[in-house]
Amino acid sequence: MTQLDHIRNFSIVAHIDHGKSTLADRLIQMTGTVAERDMKAQLLDSMDIERERGITIKANTVRIEYPAKDGETYVLNLIDTPGHVDFAYEVSRSMRAVEGSLLVVDASQGVEAQTLANVYQAIDAGHEIVPVLNKIDLPAADPDAVKANIEDVIGIDASDAIPISAKTGLGIPEVLEAIVHRLPAPKGDRDAPLKAMLVDSWYDPYLGVVVMIRVMDGVIRKGDRIKMMQTGAVYGIDKLAVLKPQMVDFPELGPGEIGVFTASIKQVRDTRVGDTITHEKKPCATPLPGFKPAQPVVFCGLFPVDANDFEALRDAIEKLALNDASFSYEMETSAALGFGFRCGFLGLLHLEVVRDRLEREYDLDLITTAPSVVFKIYMKDGEVRDLHNPADMPDLTYVDHIEEPRIKATIMVPDEYLGDVLKLCQDRRGIQLDLTYAGSRAMVVYDLPLAEVVFDFYDRLKSVTKGYASFDYQLSEYREDFLVKMSILVNDEPVDALSIMVHRDRAEARGRAMVEKLKELIPRHMFKIPIQAAIGGRVVARETLSAMRKDVTAKCYGGDATRKKKLLEKQKAGKKKMRQFGKVEIPQSAFISALKMDD
Amino acid sequence: MSDDWRHGGFGLYLHWPFCAAKCPYCDFNSHVAAEIDQARWQRAYLAEIDRLGVETQDRVLNSVFFGGGTPSLMDPDLVAAILERVRRTWRQANDIEITLEANPTSIESGRFRAYSEGGVNRISMGMQALNDADLTRLGRMHSAAEGRAAFDIARSHFDRVSFDLIYARQDQDLTAWEAELREALAMAVDHFSLYQLTIEEGTAFGRRAAAGKLTGLPDEELAADMYLRTQEICEAAGLPAYEVSNHAREGAQSRHNLIYWRYGDYAGIGPGAHGRLTLGGTRQATVTPKPPALWLQAVEQRGSGELPREELPLEDQAVEFLLFGLRLSEGIDPARYRALSGTDLPAEKLADLGELGLVETLDGRIRATREGRAVLNGVIRELMP
Repeated sequence: MTQLDHIRNFSIVAHIDHGKSTLADRLIQMTGTVAERDMKAQLLDSMDIERERGITIKANTVRIEYPAKDGETYVLNLIDTPGHVDFAYEVSRSMRAVEGSLLVVDASQGVEAQTLANVYQAIDAGHEIVPVLNKIDLPAADPDAVKANIEDVIGIDASDAIPISAKTGLGIPEVLEAIVHRLPAPKGDRDAPLKAMLVDSWYDPYLGVVVMIRVMDGVIRKGDRIKMMQTGAVYGIDKLAVLKPQMVDFPELGPGEIGVFTASIKQVRDTRVGDTITHEKKPCATPLPGFKPAQPVVFCGLFPVDANDFEALRDAIEKLALNDASFSYEMETSAALGFGFRCGFLGLLHLEVVRDRLEREYDLDLITTAPSVVFKIYMKDGEVRDLHNPADMPDLTYVDHIEEPRIKATIMVPDEYLGDVLKLCQDRRGIQLDLTYAGSRAMVVYDLPLAEVVFDFYDRLKSVTKGYASFDYQLSEYREDFLVKMSILVNDEPVDALSIMVHRDRAEARGRAMVEKLKELIPRHMFKIPIQAAIGGRVVARETLSAMRKDVTAKCYGGDATRKKKLLEKQKAGKKKMRQFGKVEIPQSAFISALKMDD
Repeated sequence: MSDDWRHGGFGLYLHWPFCAAKCPYCDFNSHVAAEIDQARWQRAYLAEIDRLGVETQDRVLNSVFFGGGTPSLMDPDLVAAILERVRRTWRQANDIEITLEANPTSIESGRFRAYSEGGVNRISMGMQALNDADLTRLGRMHSAAEGRAAFDIARSHFDRVSFDLIYARQDQDLTAWEAELREALAMAVDHFSLYQLTIEEGTAFGRRAAAGKLTGLPDEELAADMYLRTQEICEAAGLPAYEVSNHAREGAQSRHNLIYWRYGDYAGIGPGAHGRLTLGGTRQATVTPKPPALWLQAVEQRGSGELPREELPLEDQAVEFLLFGLRLSEGIDPARYRALSGTDLPAEKLADLGELGLVETLDGRIRATREGRAVLNGVIRELMP
């Protein structure tokens, strides 16, 4: 049991690449929390994907014991939060579990868009914020300009910002002292009934579901019977521990402390982040205000390349979903791609991470169809339908209007690229909300349709700004627009798997791109094949794949019969693997390329 | 089914696996050897003739074909000894065709007279191109002038002389090919083979193409134009195509190759040679090892150059019949297809292909049209079971 005034709970807010994880590693290392020989770079990013991409996806926590210069030893609980917009909900709930934040800014680059959203969440949560200027050892570092930038863009005092180099360890002792002396101690009543916040939970193959909590009031002990106030479920605590960052058993946790427990909980879905945990027998009077669960906003189909892998994919998705309550899935059948799943994600990075994990950890080859968003279809009879898949679009005669999700996007970009960024946003049906300058960097805020952003916005933004822009968004609202379903017809037969929802004004351009791509992807047949993009009965783009003209083998004599026969049989077998649309055979690889999100 | 082969006749193919040099486009079973013991090869060929003769002794032989490799590197005595043994083994058709493939270098044309005396009555020459620059690019060892001289020598010794040209070569346009083709027509007697250059895996061209270093090859459009133009020009000159790549005046067709295309029986002797033999009511596919040393060893030590035979199921025979027969302008007899496969050709597909102008039925026979022959692989894929 640690005295409240000897506890500091904090998180680190930073843009990707600005050194958050390196700083966390350094704090852990310098306090001897992890033996030197056990240090791996970026210790808290435990998934391979996190370490490889240098990003944090799940919130991670570590308890650090720090002997301060005042002679006292403090317990510092660091919750390392995700830096990416897709995982903003994880950030918000983690923020509620701590009292202060280190704001890490690259001393050569200044504040980025993703930092903004997170730091505002920290401010909203009432945090004390300590600015930290990282990479101070780089020649390009300009601490004074970046301090001014922090004050301009975020509006907090940066005069006491601590200059550090997380890489070399410079300034780390000062950071530790600042945590102790500048961040507030938690408050709480040890004698009150138990009130703890469920901060996070994950599935461990050996322990089952592990629940991370922050104790507000009271004391939790191993063996206690506890109750989840939202779900009403009652469990017995099997194991109580703190994270260093590996689990170390702990007899009890009191107010202000952060730790984990296991309680024979079967799946992550049985726990609700933000739920209040109390004692079954002696509950607290009022629960903590809960969180809204995260809703998937981006959907795509995941299909096995080899149809025989469907069961393996189902198994893998179910296992993955055990640990990721924000990921949704349902079975989908496609004429083109066979059996698979329509999956929902928090955003594009979440999608990529899930797909990577399925491919890597479960050794599956997957086809990912173009991501789409959830449209709201208002039927004339007053019913409102969520449309996850353009193929399910109801007959237009019954549709009153269609709404699509809009986002508020913040883009920070050096002003030399501003013109290109504005053009990109305009092209994507954006409405400018704000444009401000901080030094030579511009910050633009746009209202954009999410559907336009999931298409290839990131890639375009990256390419027009040579990678110098940073981008963040939050969902704003659903809004009506002139949205249509565009179908693709091959030889006059509709190919459902290729249909997309698109704004009427953008239909020609998208249709043209699609038919041109398909013309390259579909092999020539014995006859010419029209490839059309159409809205209802109206063709908006058309290409014609000309007929094959020559494929005969020049020489075929007695010795060639066996080889030639085998070749033709192989080709014939290949034809059988193709999907038949009327008289046209389309190889699966063509669907893969046409539907792939990036090529 | 035991008599199906009679529609095509019976021939003997002998493979001579050696060349003076390997051409960059060639994927045939050919080898460059420093020294060849021709007497040892003779013993092996004769032993194989004896072995196959026992199995097929009641047959009338319609043709013999020396292919390779470069058979014009064979000692004329070796050729004569083989043909002597052939005559003693099988009854020969009155009009038996005995062809030898030859390269038109001066050394080789010096042996033409001797080959003729040994019994060869038809020469098929690997002319390939009529200009020196392209001959060099194709890796050929003769010049255009040498080729023409060899052709003249061949004509003085043989009634029937054919030659091969390769077209759709690197950097060849339609006009250049038309000019070359007209030159060839002025030379040709009654038969020639016109092959579009095909880039095969495992050849020097194949490796160059894979590395992106084989440039100037025609695209499908130009290749198709060249093919169709070739058909028109040859037909107008009185040498219409009787097969995809083979042109002849009436009656001058290669009888040996017709045996393949009409799906007759053929015995194959030599390294990598294939055969189709109808024995005891079933059609056997025979094949021998490709490396010359292995074949020799098999003949000498086991008394047979063959690898284990395979009995061809009727369905496979039907496919082979189709893929050979539709190459011919005369097409195929659907009754024969039905007898082999047990089913008719798919009527709906035939109708579709007919509508596209790729296949037609004429005098009860089904044939690929000129346009259909250009896309014959696609046509066969549609029709095969």
